[in-house]
Amino acid sequence: MVQTAKKTVQITIKRQDPEVDGNKPYFQDYNVEVEDWFTVLDVLIKIREQIDGTLSLRCACRASICGSCAMRVNGQAKLVCKTKLTTVMKDNKILVEPVGNMPVITDLTTDFKPFWDKMLAVDPYLKPEEEAPEAEYIAPNEDMVHLVGVMNCIMCGACVSDCTVLEVKDDFLGPAALAKAYRFVADPRDDAENERLSNLIEDGGIWDCTRCMQCVEVCPKDVDPMSRIMAMRANSMDKKMNKSYGARHANAFTSLIKSSGVLNETLLILKTKGFFNIIELIKLLPLAISAQLAGKRPPFLSHSIKNKDNLKKIFKKLENK
Amino acid sequence: MKFAFFPGCVAKGAAPELYTSTVKVAEILGIELDEKAMESASCTGAGVLQEKNQLLGDTLNARNIALAEKQNLPILTICSTCQGVMSQAEQRLENEEYRAQINETLKEEGLEYTGKTPTRHLLWIIVEEIGEKKFKSLVKRKLETLNLAPFYGCYLVRPSKALKFYENPERETCLEDLTEWVGAKVTDFPGSKACCGFPILTVNEKAALKMVGNHTSSAKDLGADAMVTPCPLCHLNLDQYQNRAAGMMKREIDLPIIHVPQLVGLALGLDPKELRINKHIISTKKLLSELSLRP
Repeated sequence: MVQTAKKTVQITIKRQDPEVDGNKPYFQDYNVEVEDWFTVLDVLIKIREQIDGTLSLRCACRASICGSCAMRVNGQAKLVCKTKLTTVMKDNKILVEPVGNMPVITDLTTDFKPFWDKMLAVDPYLKPEEEAPEAEYIAPNEDMVHLVGVMNCIMCGACVSDCTVLEVKDDFLGPAALAKAYRFVADPRDDAENERLSNLIEDGGIWDCTRCMQCVEVCPKDVDPMSRIMAMRANSMDKKMNKSYGARHANAFTSLIKSSGVLNETLLILKTKGFFNIIELIKLLPLAISAQLAGKRPPFLSHSIKNKDNLKKIFKKLENK
Repeated sequence: MKFAFFPGCVAKGAAPELYTSTVKVAEILGIELDEKAMESASCTGAGVLQEKNQLLGDTLNARNIALAEKQNLPILTICSTCQGVMSQAEQRLENEEYRAQINETLKEEGLEYTGKTPTRHLLWIIVEEIGEKKFKSLVKRKLETLNLAPFYGCYLVRPSKALKFYENPERETCLEDLTEWVGAKVTDFPGSKACCGFPILTVNEKAALKMVGNHTSSAKDLGADAMVTPCPLCHLNLDQYQNRAAGMMKREIDLPIIHVPQLVGLALGLDPKELRINKHIISTKKLLSELSLRP
């Protein structure tokens, strides 16, 4: 029999029970003897089965397929069945909390209703113009390969948990639903690309992502939701859907780099908001005055880089690719 | 130690105090900054140009790095965003086919990207090259009375693969480490690796302000005297928009935000004026008086 090392670790769990102390969250420590091959889920199951049967958590496949067991470990969302205890322990301690940005039901179990509502809001089904075929929709393999990554999503909610925008704006569709939206926008069998993108450029859609890359970092399946959101931004701008401040900002930024090689912050704001958008510009005035008083208002005219013609040649070659 | 100096647009624009303080501290740290090597370099695109065209963005970054490579110099940045955008481009350029495609464009200017000299942020260079022992030997003013909240900026912490945390695990805690090396105490607060909200400022100011308000107020409530950041874009947002965020939260925050080289400069004994530490929207007077210094 293979010998494994045993040791005692301290697991701190954020707990919450609607029937206890007015649903107020509290932290409970458990000292648990673990084997060196334990995952975080192994230790949580050991606690529930051998130490405290009142601990509530969700899990099923234990093999990172079902997506049931996303939780925050030391502040970061992880699929706990895929996370070895040794990789997250600090001084023989770990902190386990429920996923963020979702209401807690009990302890580590959360209510996924907002997650599913947003998933449904992006119409997660094919919308072909032609009549539905008798059997399945067929697409050439090479047209579908680029979608494999996004179809790996197991809807565990890790990206939603750690999304920094959802913390401050709960009507943001969020990384999981937007990755799902991309899966249909980019599907060659779908004919509703324009309709989908027109909806996605509205408030709460693709332009609300702050590119913080939390979703890229925590996704246990490398779905890379942020890159999918960026791809939809590029796609919408290619289709001249430029009304949002996000698109105006990206277009203004690109044209400034093209003309001088460096960013001119003053012109960037004016071009994004619009030179004659008096109301928005008046709102910015106090900030400009305070920057001026601090001696740090960016110059109106900025310098250009040396050899900027070389840069322009690169733009000419690649800007429409 | 000689580097091709890539200050980034913001250090030459809306945050000139970052540029000035960097030049001052580099001299004492024995870091030679060759800015001339990068006079043809462009903006990295800051992740914004990449929203429109990733190939174009990666080509511009490969070009910038190739300019430094031509001088046999590695690039030093002082902007988390520039660093992150360049690291992400470097990661994609590891693909030989992609690198060849981009080099085909660069060839027209007599440049070639090899990727042999990875770009590094000043903060990383201090921690990785200068190291604790040498750095501490240079400290002339221990900032023992200060409690400082570290704020990294997204691009210096994610994606950890592109930033090569697996090869350089010290990068995960470098800002806390530096804070301790200058003698200050680290204020541990939940937002240190979160987003400041800058990228959505023009799209959704309310959400961006909530981020500013949440981070600065929680750091303040946990006892921070100031926040320190290696990212000038985070600085702009957390400093310039803090009063507006405080107004939205109907509370006072008043937390000075300082750049990494300003913190280093204070510890190295430089005069606050030389570091232009008085050039912030949120006053640093109280912070400096804690150190018995005048702004």
